[in-house]
Amino acid sequence: MINIGNIIETIQMIDRQHLDIRTVTMGISLRDCAHSDAEKSCARIYDKITRKAENLVKTAECIEREYGIPIVNKRISVTPISLVAEASETDDYVRFATAMDKAAKTCGVDFIGGYSALVQKGYTVGDRKLIASLPEALSVTDIVCGCVNVASTRAGIDMDAVAEMGYTIKNIALLSKDKGCSGCAKFVVFANAVEDNPFMAGAFHGVGEPECVINVGVSGPGVVYHALQSVKGESFDVVADTIKKTAFQITRMGQIVAKEASERLGVQFGIVDLSLAPTPAVGDSVARILEEMGLEICGTHGTTAALALLNDAVKKGGIMASSHVGGLSGAFIPVSEDEGMIAAAKAGVLALDKLEAMTCVCSVGLDMIAVPGDTPAETIAAIIADEAAIGVVNNKTTAVRIIPAIGKKVGDTVEFGGLLGTAPVIAVHPQSSAEFIHRGGRIPAPLQSLRN
Amino acid sequence: MKALVTVIGHDQIGIIGGVCTKLAELDVNILDISQTVMQDCFTMMMIVDISTSGKDMETVSSLLKQYGDGRGLNIRLQRTDIFDAMHTV
Repeated sequence: MINIGNIIETIQMIDRQHLDIRTVTMGISLRDCAHSDAEKSCARIYDKITRKAENLVKTAECIEREYGIPIVNKRISVTPISLVAEASETDDYVRFATAMDKAAKTCGVDFIGGYSALVQKGYTVGDRKLIASLPEALSVTDIVCGCVNVASTRAGIDMDAVAEMGYTIKNIALLSKDKGCSGCAKFVVFANAVEDNPFMAGAFHGVGEPECVINVGVSGPGVVYHALQSVKGESFDVVADTIKKTAFQITRMGQIVAKEASERLGVQFGIVDLSLAPTPAVGDSVARILEEMGLEICGTHGTTAALALLNDAVKKGGIMASSHVGGLSGAFIPVSEDEGMIAAAKAGVLALDKLEAMTCVCSVGLDMIAVPGDTPAETIAAIIADEAAIGVVNNKTTAVRIIPAIGKKVGDTVEFGGLLGTAPVIAVHPQSSAEFIHRGGRIPAPLQSLRN
Repeated sequence: MKALVTVIGHDQIGIIGGVCTKLAELDVNILDISQTVMQDCFTMMMIVDISTSGKDMETVSSLLKQYGDGRGLNIRLQRTDIFDAMHTV
């Protein structure tokens, strides 16, 4: 028999604490869409995406209504396009992005990811063309997301790619400056990118993935925040335990939705990504969870330790609730998408250096951070290099999604709207990293033993 | 199919009678009822079987919601699996 108290608790989580399924993402392999004729390849891409994901939105909406759980986004991830487009005899890769955009809009999804390249050890011809096309591809499309993996623990850091990413990000910002540089919100640079991530902008369908798969990303910072309010003043043992129990409940909901969606769509269930993904809504913030632990403002001393506890407890609680956990799983810290982070950055407490330290223990990296528009490309590349080093040495995924806000300076804000929120422009160090970045080459893979 | 009806709102005379009548009109069979007043709030849950109703879950759900809105009650119909999953190991 179901307990009435449990029912009310669940309903309150959904109604008042912003509990939702952040995304049901269908991963689709496009490996069979390669063709020497780019036009034919694009037609195959459009046909395959619209065929496989034809019922994705309808099915997700049906589950949403039957279970009474909001599913905020429906998304598609595809094979990194550099692998598919490489067979085509063309230099114009933007048409592949356009085909993706058109297919995704036909399916009615919110985003499509996979305009991507994996260059941790160097470029192929397709990688080079894709990366060159990124600024235009992201400015002429609306819902296409891209990522580039520039480093891995096994390969080290491709510093040529890191350098190029600095310039690429500046160019993306310039081409989308009329839209608040929003192109940069659709692009992320990774170290140790995962193949089954359902979250944007970094979702792509990895080469080890099956033909078609359903991955689900949960959310729920508001629920954790609310749960911690009931253990004020208790020790960290109690805090960790409370987070674990809450993460278990959140993930169970994700598991049910993932299982149901995969059965109804006749598509293999991939993973549940048990992430705490904040939104700009009040009461749905990761920063506020850290503050609830006893910090005056997120970003002050103690923030990294608080985040480490949160990230670890979320994983421990969630892992038993799902048959397959994957993706990025942990706590996200996207500045513009988190009401508490926005406030902390505006107050000048949350700075780039502290955010970098936090990425050592969070699930991803420097996310949705706006920096002044005149930040040199080499400085952006150096920020990426630092972040990649953290990921490579610590055997974790790290990422940089940074927005050089053209025409803006420290203290200004950039409005993206919707889930992407508002980014306060924060300071970067003015000292140059240009000579460091211009060296090029590769930083060797780190030692995996003698780890002190 | 079993589903859960929850009714939440300000306590008033005739809520149970009204909701039960509405369910009977929709040919929905009630299997279990539990009701309490929590924090001045009328709270009722019912396990129902909607397979006896000729209507699908979505239609039953929206008709119940419509009825609830008319009386200032929040009525929802959900599948029961979610509650089992979230509250049992």
